[in-house]
Amino acid sequence: MSERRHPSKSWGRYRCRARLKAIPAFAGMTAIFLSLALPLAAQDSMPPAPFAYRQLDDPAQEAAAQDLMETLRCLKCQSQSIADSDAPMAGDMRHQVRIRIAAGEDPEAVRAWLVQRYGDYVSYRPEVSAVTWPLFAIPALLVLIAAVVLAGRLRRRQS
Amino acid sequence: MSWRVWLPLFLFAGFLGLAAYQLTQPKDDFVESGMIGEALPYFDLPPATEGASGAATTDFKDGTPRLLNIWASWCLPCIAEAPQLERLKEAGVPIVGIAIRDRPEDVARFLAQHGNPYTRIARDDLSEVQLAIGSSGVPETFVIDGRGIIRYQHLGDIRESDVPTLLAELEKAR
Repeated sequence: MSERRHPSKSWGRYRCRARLKAIPAFAGMTAIFLSLALPLAAQDSMPPAPFAYRQLDDPAQEAAAQDLMETLRCLKCQSQSIADSDAPMAGDMRHQVRIRIAAGEDPEAVRAWLVQRYGDYVSYRPEVSAVTWPLFAIPALLVLIAAVVLAGRLRRRQS
Repeated sequence: MSWRVWLPLFLFAGFLGLAAYQLTQPKDDFVESGMIGEALPYFDLPPATEGASGAATTDFKDGTPRLLNIWASWCLPCIAEAPQLERLKEAGVPIVGIAIRDRPEDVARFLAQHGNPYTRIARDDLSEVQLAIGSSGVPETFVIDGRGIIRYQHLGDIRESDVPTLLAELEKAR
């Protein structure tokens, strides 16, 4: 496993360019970071996929696509949704989402299609599963314990 | 004073220790494909450069296990793995390449510079096949058996030490 984590292994894989906000104070720093990143951030020079940036004509379908895209993880940026990322792969994923929804596919079917390929990891929507149930059960259990303790103490004080 | 008074503090310290330990662990950036054991999804892609053959799902169903190499001429680790692909080719392994978001002239230049280990090279301009097989970056290499079933995924560039593993996986897929 340590072999896999070798930093050079991720060189040149798709990378994200975070959207730059026009904050002058950060401009200089950003320039330095960009110039550092450029030699490593090999990226293709192909135009974006047709529906990477183009919205669907039907506003209802576009809204459904947008809702879905905001809860899908950009695989190469990993802390952004595909709606937020300018990485080419995120563009290609938006294209997939939009053409599938335009073809009448249910947004949850599109999510399931991606989860089948990339695991729960690709979806930002919280999901109760065999792995994640303690995340939901433990807080409920803690609240229950607190309630029992509180009830016990209140009763003792009254008596 | 009962020892139980200290219990919450110990629990908290334990939690803090666990969090601190996890923070020092390196992050695994690789996303494994969920398509291992599944059939190769349908595709029929045009050639990536002049003189090459494109690739389709049907090419993988002739009984011969193959490597499916997801790469791109703009990808630096793909240069690093080129000699290993050459070795696999010399070992008699048919390698099908799919170039992600690539231009024919760039593909031609890459092959002229780093060698051409491929029996077929197709172009995937919209990462469609890449997404369909659950690949999240370049390079990645899949072992496809003779019936078109995805049997193994190698993430990242192929190192010298990975060649025996890939050959063994191809043998298993026979």
